[in-house]
Amino acid sequence: MSNTILRVGSVTFVFALWWGFSILNQHMKFFPPAMIPSPPEVIEAGWGIRDKVPSDVLISLIRVFEGFVIAAVLGIFLGCLSGTSRVAENLIDPVLEILRPIPPLAFLPIFIIWFGLGELSKVLMIAFASFFIIYVNTYQGVRYADPLLMRAARSLGAKKRASFFTIGLPSAMPEIFTGLRLGAGMAFFVLVAAELLAADNGMGFRIQEARWQFRVDRMFFGAALIGVVGFVLLGALRRLEIRLLAWKPSRDEAR
Amino acid sequence: MSVNLTLANVDLEYGSGKERVIALTDVSIQIKAGEFVSIVGPSGCGKSSLMNMVAGFLSCSGGTIKLGNESISGPGADRGVVFQEHALFPWMTVKQNISYGPKVNGWSKKNIDARVAELLDLIGLAGFANAWPKQLSGGMKQRVAIARALANRPEMLLMDEPFAALDAQTRRMLQDELLRIWEKTGTTILFITHSIDEATLLSDRVAVMKANPGEILDVISLNLPRPRDENSNEFLEARRRVSELLKRASNPI
Ligand SMILES: Nc1ncnc2c1ncn2[C@@H]1O[C@H](COP(=O)(O)OP(=O)(O)OP(=O)(O)O)[C@@H](O)[C@H]1O
Ligand SMILES: [Mg+2]
Repeated sequence: MSNTILRVGSVTFVFALWWGFSILNQHMKFFPPAMIPSPPEVIEAGWGIRDKVPSDVLISLIRVFEGFVIAAVLGIFLGCLSGTSRVAENLIDPVLEILRPIPPLAFLPIFIIWFGLGELSKVLMIAFASFFIIYVNTYQGVRYADPLLMRAARSLGAKKRASFFTIGLPSAMPEIFTGLRLGAGMAFFVLVAAELLAADNGMGFRIQEARWQFRVDRMFFGAALIGVVGFVLLGALRRLEIRLLAWKPSRDEAR
Repeated sequence: MSVNLTLANVDLEYGSGKERVIALTDVSIQIKAGEFVSIVGPSGCGKSSLMNMVAGFLSCSGGTIKLGNESISGPGADRGVVFQEHALFPWMTVKQNISYGPKVNGWSKKNIDARVAELLDLIGLAGFANAWPKQLSGGMKQRVAIARALANRPEMLLMDEPFAALDAQTRRMLQDELLRIWEKTGTTILFITHSIDEATLLSDRVAVMKANPGEILDVISLNLPRPRDENSNEFLEARRRVSELLKRASNPI
């Protein structure tokens, strides 16, 4: 209960700070007033482009979703391979460790040359960006699955393969979920970057468009929209995680 | 169900070259079907190693381990294992934990359900069938672990200090419960413990081991009637025999 109060309180406080400062700025003119719009002005700006919002959100979500699904399937599959087989680990892991430090945005120009300005290059870049964190978490989770539990399963008659699917993989679920959550955040992060650079629709593009129009209020609205959508998306994932991992002793119970 | 466990001249080494550790040398013992045998010995003498070989988690460097006429070549459903930590699968309910063995061994759903119900009854946790391990006390978890190990109707039960992590009162309760279960199921039990009292209370025979290198010093037949009275003279005398041998095992010469 008091957790909720603190959370709501802190969000309200920051919001009030912004509002207060924009009002102050309108009187004191530290900056041109149009540079720091107040919350009502931002909402008004959003209202002004309301016919574009649903299709922007939709197209952005489709991009994130497609990229994320590709990343999740590949990341979990390769992570399981690396986590269970020494040979696979030696084949897969070094290659990925070399690719990993390269910022995904560095690949966007290459993808655009290869796949054109269409959806494919953006989706692939999103997939590329969120793949690694999913792979690494799956790999670690499977690799370090509790050997005691594996022994228990084997002594109960489970063969190697069965013990992976019934024990190794489920016991790595918390790590896999952490990977998925971080991967989704990553996907969202590069989505906006990709849309700023190479798109003619979507939430990120709308901010870019507002920049060309010198409409800071619309830029604020675009940023706020991305924040809200991301918040809802990650919140939903978190909910799902809590439900699926209800068996796990939580932080409060562990005390 | 009437198969003996036979260890003949078993050796075990860990590592190789400079890191070579001789954990066990020339261990021989035969355990009869239905017998309750405990192993005691100083820390590091190789009790867990011995049990891990019988369980099939480790293979011996020399000698043979046979269950009946079959050499042990890996873990299997004919030997149930209970570990010091409960080792329950945390994402499975009590019922799912107990049914895991029968399920991977392809039992029919009807037989699984009947077996689970029977075992829940045996350990007195019928009301917790759908609870998660995190919702159980330490003693309850270890009871479920015992039920899970029994589910396949194994020839024998291997227990590595199963009650060491419990408080004295709970441990006492589980000891009685284990005896009741043993008498009812007739399973052979190989039981590792640090406690002389526990070994004397539970076992038909007690094998005393010494360390560096690990070997069996002697095996004591207790010949005590059951149920046992911990304050009777016979009990105290038997306890003293175990204790003296263990003292010799701990301070050689
Ligand atoms: N995986 C391993 N690698 C190398 N040496 C090991 C390994 N496991 C055990 N040992 C060594 O083998 C010896 C026996 O260990 P073991 O765990 O079987 O003893 P224990 O009698 O069960 O001891 P405790 O009573 O403390 O549980 C010890 O000297 C230990 O250091
Ligand atoms: Mg041990």
